[in-house]
Amino acid sequence: MTCAMSARPVAPPNDSVEPGTAAPSTVRWVASRILAFCVVELQKIRHDRSELLTRAIQPALWLLIFGKTFSSLHPVPTGGLPYLDFLTPGVLAQSTLFVAVFYGIQVIWERDAGVLAKLLVTPTPRSAVVAGKGFAAGIRAIVQVVVVVVLALLLGVQLQLAPWRIIGAATAAVVGAAFFATLSMTIAGLVLSRERLMGIGQAITMPLFFASNALYPVSAMPVWIRWFSYINPLSYEVDALRGLLIGTHAHLWLDAVVLAGALVVGVAVAAAVLPRLVR
Amino acid sequence: MSTAEAAAAAPLALRCRGMRKHFGPVAAVDGVDLDVSAGEIFGLLGPNGAGKTTVIRVLTTLLPPDGGEVAVFGRDVTTEPFAVRRLIGYVPQQLSADGSLTGRENVGLFARLFDVPRPQRAAHTDEVLAVVGLADTADRLASTYSGGMIRRLELAQALVSNPRLLVLDEPTIGLDPVGRDSVWQRVHELRRNLDMTVLVTTHYMEEADEHCDRVAIMHAGRIEAVGVPAHLRAAIGPEATLEDVFRQHSGHAFEEGGDLRDVRSARRTAQRLG
Repeated sequence: MTCAMSARPVAPPNDSVEPGTAAPSTVRWVASRILAFCVVELQKIRHDRSELLTRAIQPALWLLIFGKTFSSLHPVPTGGLPYLDFLTPGVLAQSTLFVAVFYGIQVIWERDAGVLAKLLVTPTPRSAVVAGKGFAAGIRAIVQVVVVVVLALLLGVQLQLAPWRIIGAATAAVVGAAFFATLSMTIAGLVLSRERLMGIGQAITMPLFFASNALYPVSAMPVWIRWFSYINPLSYEVDALRGLLIGTHAHLWLDAVVLAGALVVGVAVAAAVLPRLVR
Repeated sequence: MSTAEAAAAAPLALRCRGMRKHFGPVAAVDGVDLDVSAGEIFGLLGPNGAGKTTVIRVLTTLLPPDGGEVAVFGRDVTTEPFAVRRLIGYVPQQLSADGSLTGRENVGLFARLFDVPRPQRAAHTDEVLAVVGLADTADRLASTYSGGMIRRLELAQALVSNPRLLVLDEPTIGLDPVGRDSVWQRVHELRRNLDMTVLVTTHYMEEADEHCDRVAIMHAGRIEAVGVPAHLRAAIGPEATLEDVFRQHSGHAFEEGGDLRDVRSARRTAQRLG
């Protein structure tokens, strides 16, 4: 059976080496890596579907308990929108944040298991490893989109379901999750331990969530929190999701530019600190 | 032919000159010269903390050296890291397969990361799985594999890029005797059938003696002796073992050494495997 390999039949010849020359172009080269990590994430989801269920519990509780209760209180100025409709994009954004913000734990696990070292010994630039893992977190975020949209429809939320709106919302969720995953990987590269990452992850999740427009409009906030919400990428994700899924007035171009820009910066910073994990 | 011409004609699988790497005040690798010829099974021996893993990290491009020259088949690790990565297959010390994926998916990821063209990917993945004897269990989750099977799966992951230099960091650590034998058997097959060069680190002296063509004995960041195991032993005495060789050259008993770093990584592996 071993002799079948002796002809060295497939992989690219060992002398076609440099990035960009071995593959047709750098863009395709990085895209192929992102695809590889997304495929792995889909395979993992297929093998263990229980996580999909547990991930659905939290947004369901936010919509059912928090959303229903606040709907009956009418304390939030939503501009005439039913509170549950206003809240749904916020809960969706929050659930993608939760999926992504602990993603660094997986990277630390991979460091401990030697997997990260193996990945970094493949012809894959660090930025592509980080971007690949970011978009893998985005795959999980797409699942959250499906879960929250179905829940919201069951609760009678008036969603706008034109295909371009759904695709746009999924894109916003993926890019948002990818950004927060790079943030998590950056923290992982700085603190180097699971316990500290857990602590910091929990410490930043609440301010990111509450100092955003997820639960209430920015106009209802004290001025200093308002400023924080302006530099909080989650606010832009919520704005985009709300505009796309509910049809409120949104700044889609600004949201797209901010989220894409945040992701680029996130990938660059996480790629710079990633090697600390294998030293 | 001069030495330089010979080197140009057939570059060494690994050539280190004065490799140095410091961690703070500690010299983990302190001026290592090492030549590994194409086609040999070369053992890097030494107790925990001798600097073996640091040498591996430098030559696999994971760590930049502080000084010296390190080249794999003539490609420099600092200036041509991507070229070097395409030449080596690396299996780290820990059992590093992903338990939440099947054997086939574990190999498939590395096929993609090494740009194995799509039309050949499935066939080539099957091929390397067959080479390591995992064809029948390829669709089981790796979490159901034994330690020896995971090691063989990692070999398949490393082989999927058709590397010319296989780098195995403590490949038999933590395996039972059956698992150890199965790993060494595969290593010999790879060398025999594919002309692969194999660089292996180990602190099991008997295994090195039995399986390696040549060994280098490392202590405190330096190479103390290099040669064919039988020759090294014979130079010490008729009944000498490689441990005696180590003691003779380093002035220390073999059991000494090891540091917190090793303990930490051993503990991580233990935790992960339950």
